[in-house]
Amino acid sequence: MRINGTRQNLSVEPRVTLLDALRNYLDYTGAKKVCDRATCGSCTVILGGKMVYSCSVLAIEAQGKDITTVEGLSTNGKLAPIQAAFVENDAQQCGFCTPGFVVACKAFLDKHPSPTLADVEKGLGGNLCRCGTYAGVRQAVLAAANTMRGGQKNG
Amino acid sequence: MAEYNWPEASKRSLIGKRISRLDGPEKVSGKAKYTYDLKRPGMLYGKMVRCPHAHAKVSSIDTSAAEKMPGVKAVKIIQDPGSEIQWAGDGVVVVAATEEHLAEDAARAVKVTYEVLPHLVREEDLSKAGDRAKPAAEKVAGDPTKAFSEAEVVSEGTYSIAVITHCCLESHGQITEWEGDKLNVFPSTQAVTGIGGEFVKALGIPATNVRVRMNHVGGGFGSKFNADRWGIEGARLAKLAGQPVKIMLERDAELMVAGGRPSSFAKIKMGAKKDGTITAWESNSWGTGGPGGAGMPPLPYVWQIPNQRMNHTGVATNIGPARAWRAPNHPQACFLTMSAIEDLAAALKMDPLEICLKNISLLGPRASLYQEELLKGAEIIEWKRKWHLRGDTTAGHIKRGLGLSMHTWGGAPHNSECRVTINPDGSVSAELASQDLGTGTRTVIAIVAAETLGLPIEAIKVNIGDSAYPPSGGSGGSTTVGGVSSSTRRAAADALDEIFKVVAPALNADPANLEAAGSKIQVKGDASKSMTWQQACSRLGVKPIRANGKQPDPAKGSLASSGVAGIQMAEVTVDTETGIVKIEKLVSVQDMGLIIDAKTAESQIYGALIMGVCYALYEEKIMDQATGRMLNPNMEFYKLAGIGDIGTLVVHLMTGQEQDARGVIGLGEPPVVSPGAAISNAVANAIGVRVPSLPITPDRVLTAMEKKGGLT
Amino acid sequence: MRAFEYASPTTKEQAVALLNNQWGETEVLAGGMDLLSLMKDDVTRPGRVINIKEIKELHGLQYSPSTGLRIGALVTLQELLENETVRKEYPSLAQAAEGVTSPQIRDLGTVGGDLCQRPRCWYFRGGFGLLAQDSSGKSLVLEGENKYHAILGNSGPAYFVNPSSLAPALIALGAKIRLFGPKGARDVAAGQFFVTPKTNQEREYALKTNEIVTELLVPPTGGARNATYEVRQKEALDWPLAAAAVSLKMSGKNVTSARIVLGHVAPVPWPVPDAEKFLAGKTVSEQVAQDTGGAAVTGAKRLSQNGYKVQLARVAVKRAILRAAEGGA
Repeated sequence: MRINGTRQNLSVEPRVTLLDALRNYLDYTGAKKVCDRATCGSCTVILGGKMVYSCSVLAIEAQGKDITTVEGLSTNGKLAPIQAAFVENDAQQCGFCTPGFVVACKAFLDKHPSPTLADVEKGLGGNLCRCGTYAGVRQAVLAAANTMRGGQKNG
Repeated sequence: MAEYNWPEASKRSLIGKRISRLDGPEKVSGKAKYTYDLKRPGMLYGKMVRCPHAHAKVSSIDTSAAEKMPGVKAVKIIQDPGSEIQWAGDGVVVVAATEEHLAEDAARAVKVTYEVLPHLVREEDLSKAGDRAKPAAEKVAGDPTKAFSEAEVVSEGTYSIAVITHCCLESHGQITEWEGDKLNVFPSTQAVTGIGGEFVKALGIPATNVRVRMNHVGGGFGSKFNADRWGIEGARLAKLAGQPVKIMLERDAELMVAGGRPSSFAKIKMGAKKDGTITAWESNSWGTGGPGGAGMPPLPYVWQIPNQRMNHTGVATNIGPARAWRAPNHPQACFLTMSAIEDLAAALKMDPLEICLKNISLLGPRASLYQEELLKGAEIIEWKRKWHLRGDTTAGHIKRGLGLSMHTWGGAPHNSECRVTINPDGSVSAELASQDLGTGTRTVIAIVAAETLGLPIEAIKVNIGDSAYPPSGGSGGSTTVGGVSSSTRRAAADALDEIFKVVAPALNADPANLEAAGSKIQVKGDASKSMTWQQACSRLGVKPIRANGKQPDPAKGSLASSGVAGIQMAEVTVDTETGIVKIEKLVSVQDMGLIIDAKTAESQIYGALIMGVCYALYEEKIMDQATGRMLNPNMEFYKLAGIGDIGTLVVHLMTGQEQDARGVIGLGEPPVVSPGAAISNAVANAIGVRVPSLPITPDRVLTAMEKKGGLT
Repeated sequence: MRAFEYASPTTKEQAVALLNNQWGETEVLAGGMDLLSLMKDDVTRPGRVINIKEIKELHGLQYSPSTGLRIGALVTLQELLENETVRKEYPSLAQAAEGVTSPQIRDLGTVGGDLCQRPRCWYFRGGFGLLAQDSSGKSLVLEGENKYHAILGNSGPAYFVNPSSLAPALIALGAKIRLFGPKGARDVAAGQFFVTPKTNQEREYALKTNEIVTELLVPPTGGARNATYEVRQKEALDWPLAAAAVSLKMSGKNVTSARIVLGHVAPVPWPVPDAEKFLAGKTVSEQVAQDTGGAAVTGAKRLSQNGYKVQLARVAVKRAILRAAEGGA
């Protein structure tokens, strides 16, 4: 599979999930293991253009596919607009749900470049946070959308 | 002499401003490494064999099959035959294998038999608790009998708040690794300094042989202070295997055994005069926090009612042990008390805000602060315009209501020691064996050090999360911000004093007459006599300056205090056809003394409000009496609010000279105390009847309305 | 999760050849949204997992005004709800898909998986069997924690509720489900696809052990207005407490005939013919919709903690009717 543009070869048992493969075998630990049952969103990655719960995909199913993890969102060390907006709007506390949330927000913004607050509240129902960072996340998504629309060249 | 006191407002360049947390970029890019993310050379994965029964005696254990399985390096019995198990999910055997799924296979292959013993996992019906109910001595103040007989109005109610669990997103666990007779522990903990002591005690090794490291922790909320069975046994297993072992709890185990906030049930009677003056309180309460029962929450909460009678019964159950849950016992006490007061107001047909203001003197030394906060909250939520008598009488099935609540918390500083180092190259570090739970501790330390040294925040390297640094308290009780800001301030001030001495001759000035600002050291009031920070540090030669600051240090004054007030107001709508409650708006007005970082302080309150929505509407550890099991040890049915479930949140921080003068006070806990009560009161105001239990689920709303006299 | 043998056939013939005649020995993997959780919880322990996602013909969605809609079993919930024809002609399906408020699940979860997912009954998931019984065979549900359990079709021994989001709408729309096995294809009416098991060894659907769902065939609506309404406590991902799908043939504001099917209230999606008869010939109004809701739950039987679901089912019917009547066909 190609992870963040880099080819990775891996041989694991069929029962190893994509999440466990990323975390235990390849050291992409940005995606987190929390519910491990396709509910909380902390393991969200982009697989073949779709935002998915990597805990509920087998690694073997991802063979030959393109995967983007949170580690692949920034370019040359520069944070992507949604990441910068998370920092600015303090959309993280303990930060454990954050990488999955960031990926979900990125995929959401790709589909909804000009979201309303209601769109954000409706479109990100697949990620849960325990510290209660949603207030910051809402602002961050709206701010990032703004940046991405208006300030393309500023990143 | 070093200046230890906090600079006054006009002289602060960082303290109290809105500063983004320093570890934000690491967290949003997935680079922040949590314990769960770590891999040590040769590391094995550990899994526990868990008892399926709520109460049982271990009869026999056969590990022979597991020991022969591929990849298995060690198998250890941790509760021998004969041991009594008090809750389902408790660990009996632990195994370690080279891969996680091989460890699971091995755990499954262990054969344990049990003698099943009678259990109790539900406490709502006290009459079924038998000898597991342990009544405490009655508490009486004033003359409640007389006060009730003289009361012009008496209102009564029964209320309850469920057992909930912490549900940290990073589950509990650790890596334990031996280097000879030295133990390295990489835990997910709230107590980098404190947790090592438990390994020392349990394993009988010298304190100097344990080193604890942790960079980030994925949530604790009071549940991560201890080494726990999986920690101690993990260390033993690592010894046995001769390789490091990582044990992180699976989600179901996390919810079953690693969290728990005690329940509270209460029958409450209140007496008052017709004008709303509160005169009497009587409560009969009970609750459980697992095998240890549960003590009485601080009833009546906040209000110093002159005549009181309280009886409480703790119920020992097999639901798993309780752990401190963000503001232990306060959310329960607050919900019970503030609900009873709102019900009293409804009985009097009075506005609860008026009742609170009328009785404000019962709030003790912070009465005027509460009053100010109540009025501020009322203004923000437009209480006067929106409040109505109990029961929204407008047409349609969506009913709107307002509720309020108030709370308190200590938040005194914990013991802390900080080492500030100024290097000849101008770099500065602050080191403490503390931890950042996501509250912004790193950022607070950097702000205080930078402010003190007149440097930008980026100039400070904050090193925490290693027991090799000077000791600092565990992060509980909202004690961290006061502790670390005090120790850091003192360390930085002393370090600055040292560098003043070094550069004073060159500036031809008395060291006492120097100040640091704008990355310069200059003569006070004379910017022409200055040198850059870099130039100043280069004068150190090869010897860095090191200064340790401590909290407490009475000789150096006091930088922190304790005891906050705080009020919250909620506006909700209730769909009376479905019983679904929607949060429209939550307002929090909170004092916290001197604010170090307004941005992360606000985040604490936003987070507390959202956590409050979770326990007000969704969360409940649902136990099944027949099987003794928790039925919802997952995140599908152990429900948490999502991004669309929280409404509009308004946070108002109390600021100004009066607050600054109090010094720093912890903030993490107080704002999580009130949401349950405020939301419950708003629901009652909307639908005209009290939903007596938290969480306020649709079934409970519909049942309450049916009791009131049918659905609309 | 236990170890298993993995196969990824590229034709449906290959796929069914890999199946065998014992439930649970082999499991079919599509979106994986449920199966992997069941395996992690050790509720199902297949020795072989057959990934059917590489079977091209199970993908794709086609519509023709004369024959209606054909939905490949591997069409995702997201693809379904984004399809313009579905939104226009079959809003009840789009609304049901939208009710799965996690975009991650909608992106992977398939329509076939939605139909074949197993019940969410917490006793079942906790290892007490499909019928949720103790070791003596006594139901754990009746005196236990049953607030999410069935209020209809609950004479036992099954008390779980069917978890499918799409099934009520599919039944109301008169859809067929095409199955494929060693003997070739067969079509089953959506309403016949779900069955109430009598033993722990049975499954809740009419698939044979060596069959797979290949496509859903939804007839043209003939102008029938259709809608789904789910009662969910949370906006974020949450299981409905009750749901209703309706398909109304209307002449002006007058209902000439109606199909009404409840979801999440019985071990199978629950058509309510009495309510359909009640509504037929009436003009839609708030009161009529409400009374139809009442007619839908006349046969409900409350368990100790789930009486509120009767009210929720009633409201779901009312709101689905009003939503259908408001919306276009």
